[in-house]
Amino acid sequence: MSGHSSLPQKRPAAFAVMLPVRLPRSNLYLDRSGGGGLFIWQTGALLLAIFLGSVATAQVQATAAQASVLGVLLKWTPLLAQGFLYNLVISVVAMLLGTLAGVLLGLARVSVRAPVRGSAWLVVQFFRNAPWLVLLFFIMFLMPFEVTIGQHTIPLPAWLKSTIGLSLPVMANIAEIIRGAVRSIPSAQWEAARSLAFNRRQILWQIILPQCVKRMLPAWMNWYAILTMATTLASIVGVSEVITTVGYVMAAEARTDLLIPIYCYVLLWFFLYCYPIARYTRRLEARFAER
Amino acid sequence: MDSLAAWFKWLYEATGIKLTIFYDHYDRLRFFEGLGITLELSAVVLVLSLVFGVIVTWLCGSSKMWLRRSMGVYIELFRNTPPLVQIYFFYFAIGPLLPKFEGEPILGSLGWAIVALTLLETAFTAEILRAGVEAVPKATIEAAQALGYSRTQVLLRIIMPLALRVSMPALNNNLVNLVKTTTLGYAIAVPELLHASSQIWSEQVNVPEMMIVLLITYIAIVGLINQVMHWLEKSFELPGYGQ
Repeated sequence: MSGHSSLPQKRPAAFAVMLPVRLPRSNLYLDRSGGGGLFIWQTGALLLAIFLGSVATAQVQATAAQASVLGVLLKWTPLLAQGFLYNLVISVVAMLLGTLAGVLLGLARVSVRAPVRGSAWLVVQFFRNAPWLVLLFFIMFLMPFEVTIGQHTIPLPAWLKSTIGLSLPVMANIAEIIRGAVRSIPSAQWEAARSLAFNRRQILWQIILPQCVKRMLPAWMNWYAILTMATTLASIVGVSEVITTVGYVMAAEARTDLLIPIYCYVLLWFFLYCYPIARYTRRLEARFAER
Repeated sequence: MDSLAAWFKWLYEATGIKLTIFYDHYDRLRFFEGLGITLELSAVVLVLSLVFGVIVTWLCGSSKMWLRRSMGVYIELFRNTPPLVQIYFFYFAIGPLLPKFEGEPILGSLGWAIVALTLLETAFTAEILRAGVEAVPKATIEAAQALGYSRTQVLLRIIMPLALRVSMPALNNNLVNLVKTTTLGYAIAVPELLHASSQIWSEQVNVPEMMIVLLITYIAIVGLINQVMHWLEKSFELPGYGQ
């Protein structure tokens, strides 16, 4: 008898196949159409709801003598927009610089000369693994505020220095993307081009790289979105971009009830700018993956 | 240790290269405390974001539409807004709203950094795991369901072991990003590595030296993580899967 009682009460289903059919309640991870690109309206609406909710809450707390929260935000919107424009300018210039340098570095990564390849690898590793903020500090503190070339003195304003600082990690990542894209081109293309008497430079610039452009586009756009979000770091080193402007507004208004609405407002701007890019990136990725 | 300190002291006197963290007791303490806080912050956020990431992934497979949608909204929201603004939002906007305990705020700057970074990293981890889950063949899931596995069992015993393996390289990348993102703690005065170093260089006026030490330290941490993760990836490898 003792043998019976020692049997485990809940035996593992040895013949699970024999159990009555239990239909799964839903498509557990089987519905893969949604992907994650479905949510643009919902997410935007949620952010807007949080923003308006915070405005309303702040409004309730405000005393009658104070101006309405929405009115204050609207009043400062031109200044904030100017700050945001600064972010966009920094992001575009940094992306251009980063892409130009990244293409060269990426080509060095696939060079036939081992020393070139090795040193390019080192540079890429360095700038990919160093934190953005530390690189930004590095450039801000260690680059002179003006450079003199012969007779000309070129001033380097803070925004330009922070742009250069932000373009460094972009450069390293673009270099990796270039390398990946060059590697993804079938080697038959190289052989075919070589048999048609193209030299290495011609093969790269006329045959391989044009095909890489399409493959790189999603990753490149993704990095642009990341860079745009990283431009806010420039506020830490004293560039008057949108977050610095928020600081000015808060100092001018001296109202703590403004904090949540104003940060939500800025988050909303960034979201509206970056999310469509991310969404389009994903759509491009999906389209290219099909082929 | 003493001879090392003496050597760096000599180096300063001979060449002007001022590495106070090797011979000044106070600076060394600050620097290594900062390093400790960076590592602690990274470790805590890593563990929390993995746990919450799995939970969010689980909720993403829920039968309830609104739950799936709201998880998607959460992920998109945190992935597409600047991390720095998120940290400011939590620290400056939400922070003052919390009740105080004996005159002190419940969450200090380190606490808010953990909260903000966890929310951010959970979104990234969940997105990575979701991609990993999508890589699990449908037939495998259907087979498990046909064998009478419940939803949670399918997730924990069939999907996650495979999805985690597929996601490993992306999770490694994410961990590296996390370590780099902890520098944002500087903005709200978390005494992490960057903040400690900035205090040292503003007192000792040795910006170039500290900058180089700082960069080398971060790159060493990241290199170490890459090594460990590479080894983990190798040891978790399944023959014929995920290569």
